[in-house]
Amino acid sequence: MINLCIYSLFLGLSLVFGGILIGRYMANILTGNKGKFLTWLTPFENLLYRLAYIDAGQEMNWKTYTWALLAFNGIGLVFLFALQLVQGILPLNPDHLKSVRWDTALNTAVSFMTNTNWQSYSGETTMSYLTQMLGLTVQNFLSAATGIAALLAVIRGFIRKNTQLLGNFWVDLTRTTLYVLLPLSIILTVLLISQGVVQTFQPAISAETLEGGRQTIAVGPAASQIAIKQIGSNGGGFFNVNSAHPFENPNLFTNFLETFAILWLPTACVFMFGYMLKNQKQGNVIFAVMLMLFLISLGAALIAENQGNPLSERAGIAHGVNMEGKEMRFGVFHSVIWAVATTATSNGSVNSMHDSFMPLAGLVCMFNMGIGEVAFGGVGVGLISMIFYIILTMFLAGLMIGRTPEFLGKKLGPFEMVMAMIALLAPIVALLIIAGIAIAVPEGLASLNNTGAHGLSEILYAASSACGNNGSAFAGLNADTRFYNILLGIGMLVGRFATILPALALAGSLAEKKLIPTTQATFPTTGALFAIMVAAVVIIMGALTFFPFYSLGPILEHLVLYR
Amino acid sequence: MNQTIWKWHFIREAVKESFIKLNPFALWRNPVMLIVEIGSIIATFIFIGNIVKGLPFGFEMQISLWLWLTILFANFAEAFAEKAGKARANSLRQSRSQADAKKLLNEKGDIQIVSASELRKDDVILVSEGEMIPGDGDIIEGTALVDESAITGESAPVIRESGGDRSGVTGGTKVLSGIIRLRITANPGDTFLDRMIGMVEGANRQKTPNEIALEILLIALTVLFITVVAVLPAYAHYMGIAVSVVVLVSLLVCLLPTTIGGLLPAIGIAGMDRLIQHNVIALSGRAVEAAGDVNVVLLDKTGTITLGNRMAYEFLPVHGIEKNAFVKSAVLSSLADETPEGRSIIVLAKKELQVKGKDIRAPHESHFVSFTPQSRMSGIDIDNCKIRKGALDAVEAFIAEQGGSVSDNIRKDVENIARKGDTPLVVAENSKVIGMIRLKDIVKEGISQRIAHLRNMGIRSIMITGDNPLTAASIAAEAGVDDFIAEAKPETKLEAIRKYQDEGYLVAMIGDGTNDAPALAQADVAVAMNAGTQAAREAANMVDLDSSPTKLLEIVEIGKEILITRGALTTFSVANDVSKYFAIVPALFGSVYPVLGVLNIMRLTSPRSAVLSAVVFNALIIPLLIPLALRGVRYRVKSVSALLTRNILIYGLGGLLLPFIGIKLIDLLLIFLHLV
Repeated sequence: MINLCIYSLFLGLSLVFGGILIGRYMANILTGNKGKFLTWLTPFENLLYRLAYIDAGQEMNWKTYTWALLAFNGIGLVFLFALQLVQGILPLNPDHLKSVRWDTALNTAVSFMTNTNWQSYSGETTMSYLTQMLGLTVQNFLSAATGIAALLAVIRGFIRKNTQLLGNFWVDLTRTTLYVLLPLSIILTVLLISQGVVQTFQPAISAETLEGGRQTIAVGPAASQIAIKQIGSNGGGFFNVNSAHPFENPNLFTNFLETFAILWLPTACVFMFGYMLKNQKQGNVIFAVMLMLFLISLGAALIAENQGNPLSERAGIAHGVNMEGKEMRFGVFHSVIWAVATTATSNGSVNSMHDSFMPLAGLVCMFNMGIGEVAFGGVGVGLISMIFYIILTMFLAGLMIGRTPEFLGKKLGPFEMVMAMIALLAPIVALLIIAGIAIAVPEGLASLNNTGAHGLSEILYAASSACGNNGSAFAGLNADTRFYNILLGIGMLVGRFATILPALALAGSLAEKKLIPTTQATFPTTGALFAIMVAAVVIIMGALTFFPFYSLGPILEHLVLYR
Repeated sequence: MNQTIWKWHFIREAVKESFIKLNPFALWRNPVMLIVEIGSIIATFIFIGNIVKGLPFGFEMQISLWLWLTILFANFAEAFAEKAGKARANSLRQSRSQADAKKLLNEKGDIQIVSASELRKDDVILVSEGEMIPGDGDIIEGTALVDESAITGESAPVIRESGGDRSGVTGGTKVLSGIIRLRITANPGDTFLDRMIGMVEGANRQKTPNEIALEILLIALTVLFITVVAVLPAYAHYMGIAVSVVVLVSLLVCLLPTTIGGLLPAIGIAGMDRLIQHNVIALSGRAVEAAGDVNVVLLDKTGTITLGNRMAYEFLPVHGIEKNAFVKSAVLSSLADETPEGRSIIVLAKKELQVKGKDIRAPHESHFVSFTPQSRMSGIDIDNCKIRKGALDAVEAFIAEQGGSVSDNIRKDVENIARKGDTPLVVAENSKVIGMIRLKDIVKEGISQRIAHLRNMGIRSIMITGDNPLTAASIAAEAGVDDFIAEAKPETKLEAIRKYQDEGYLVAMIGDGTNDAPALAQADVAVAMNAGTQAAREAANMVDLDSSPTKLLEIVEIGKEILITRGALTTFSVANDVSKYFAIVPALFGSVYPVLGVLNIMRLTSPRSAVLSAVVFNALIIPLLIPLALRGVRYRVKSVSALLTRNILIYGLGGLLLPFIGIKLIDLLLIFLHLV
């Protein structure tokens, strides 16, 4: 117990320290402030712009920025889709894997382009090394960079006044990849390799087991993909069982490293926000809101999971410790902290099987994704979603102090409200409808491994994961069917672009407004009252949306289990 | 007004109108209520269907009834709020003049009688004693005593005269005495009275940006809850539960933000009406909201902060002169002085000499010397004694003429008075200075409290004056304004407003004169005094019928109260939903999964009583909150965080907990009455 407390404290402190450090670095480097260290990279950066015929000095308005982002993601989608369709005839395919079925390929292309990294396929038996490296890993970088670029535009919307310009998408994308994602991934890759995570082009190893049977042990260039999958809130594993696989996450040290990496950049984005605003307190207080939500989730999940499973207890397991679906080397605590961290950010990797969690722990994960991942959230987009919740909060708070609402000196009018409502509600509405369709038609029900309340949870979890762009799998649901590939693909597109597009429109509108000075009558957004209000709005919004559905799923399952 | 609003015939008419407003095309403006109406129609069809099929229908009937009542209550709130305005508009309409007007055809004074409705802008008319003024206009010749009670409700007549800032007259008012020539400034249908009728009636009430933003929030919540209710049967079906449509409709209506949706129009109308009760006519709803946001207010020194004219404040005899003797000489020198300063000397002297009420008369053998622009002195000659009073340089010239001179000490004293921001007058008797009178700008009583009040609301007050910086600073300090602009020219106000607006501030200003018009047009919240010129009233977005320069405080408070009421009721409405889930969800699923009965934390008697109780509570809360919506949530001047905490505790936490109690009580009552 004490060990676990010390571990948690250490993890927390490293996050605050690491987040502030990288947040400050990002605030500088992404605004073109390279400092002495990295000026030597400038010619290389400029070369990239020249090669792509990009005028780095040309700033964009929100529409141009949006088109650039959409075009870039569109090309990424088509490329990744095509690559999977023809991987069978391309090199770097030592295990001679066939080309991917079109619906799986489409789902995967959408999934990796939208930073969801939902995997309806099984990595080691579906994707060639070339596809993993050139397709999936590249999108791991680019989807993360896209999220941060969108956030940068939103931040500029708050900082700037009376302008249409929000920065240059290509420059934001290049700098994020070059100066943030690549170096951090390289460091993490090396650390992971040192702990035994595989990184090789050799084909799968065929081994003889002690009992004389034959076993195929899949290997591949895993470490490099795993580093960015954690750093960029991606979560798509190299192997099917993701970070529960010993070649992805061999020991407690790598587990710590990866848990840290999952939360690192999302945290850093929040501090970056404060630094860019020149209002660190604002960054800190939003971090506090997220931490509060995170700790509530973690606490609830830990309590639920440590209650023990009455069924295990009846089967004679001491205290009913719920070890089903968990790795012995991690145990309950590290599995739960991972589960909460990956669902509260939009990471979605797993080191245990969430399907086997106690119902209420599963509910916590579902809830984290359902509200749009705001407890740190995905890189860039997590803070964007949080800003939308803040806009909603400030709208009510502003009214209740007798002022037309404002946040950070920007008046919040009808346009901002429309964008906030689309961004907050479109993914949720899509989630409810998608799960509603899946649960009503035979194609949806055919994929279920369970019936009753747990089956409902499985479908709800899959829809939450897709629409939240999380990628976390409850498992227990065979999602590699044409029905689910297409339905969840739609969910991922809605979840991603119904957040990013309103965010860019919001940025455009905010940048054109003037900055209202702070006076005595302005509601201070750096205090405890603000933090509590925002957290309450997030929880109440989520609870009001999901209560009737959860009451038929995890809540009912829980009540029956503990009757 | 609060006593008059609860008249029975108001209520009766409002009830009638709430049925008229059931028309779905009228409800189109209020999407939340439109959805409730669609739900009511569905429930009613099921209820009728059950009768036809011979099924039990008591529950469906009661649900349908309460759903219809929900809409009627909301309609009633709006209709009732409109009533007060309509009543006032009717009384205004009666004073709209149908009288004839005497139109001047040429400079010679030939007159043609035309009807008031034929008057056009720039026509010149003649109005004489006892006649109604047929249209808005500016007096170009003459002075009149005008009874404006039809518009302002103020019975004391006011003086209107050509030239200066008191030249505007309003159609519908009456000339009590005097003959005036008017230039008409508004075409019929476009007069101030017409606009006022439109505003109080709410005919040209446009939704403000904030109202629109709030409506977007309400529509979004509506879409969300429609989705929840629409897809819920699919999940329930999978779990082997058949849900009744009537219960689903009930759930939807309970989740919809009906409380705020129903009361939103009433809040806006009632806010405008509260302004009218304070005798302020807002010509745009946007300006009222902006008033809540104002952070800078420009105040004219003269008339707003100070009484308007300098007043004698202190008699300062030079060394060796007895005070009473000096005061008497000062009075004698001022007897012929009809300026406000001169009169104030006599008032102060009466106080000093304690001869209240009695007249002070000059000796018989005396000759008054009146103030002339050349001499710039007033005074009196009694026999050989010449007493003169004036500014130092004028008096110095007089003394030199008499063969005397002014000592350096006196010069220094005069300078000292000026340095303190006051005005020194020097009194001389023949060739000698006998003393000085200190004239002072008197700050209005209570103004510093009001300015402090503004500051507590987060509003900076800026005083504008033509005085020199020294004088301005001393008045500013006394009144407690945050800043001042001295030596202001007419265009200074406009520049100042622009400057503050560029910095992002919202600026309010109060003005009356024609030269205020550009600044009024530029200000975000511009209040014109009704006594001011037509140009000022045209440029402003609010008119204060009382012409009270500190009316802004009330306007800001009402602006804030409208916003607070909206925010509070929205929060309340959404917070209510939590308890309704706990009532309806166990009722929906409990029959198939009795374990879900744990969620029935209110221990409601039966599924039907639970659903009905939630629907009844949801409906009843609207009429219960009508008084609050009309009165508005009080704005209290305290720190922003304290205000917010208070409102969150009352309307957020209260909204969360109250329905648990309410629904439980209604459930008990329904069971007691055997309604379910």
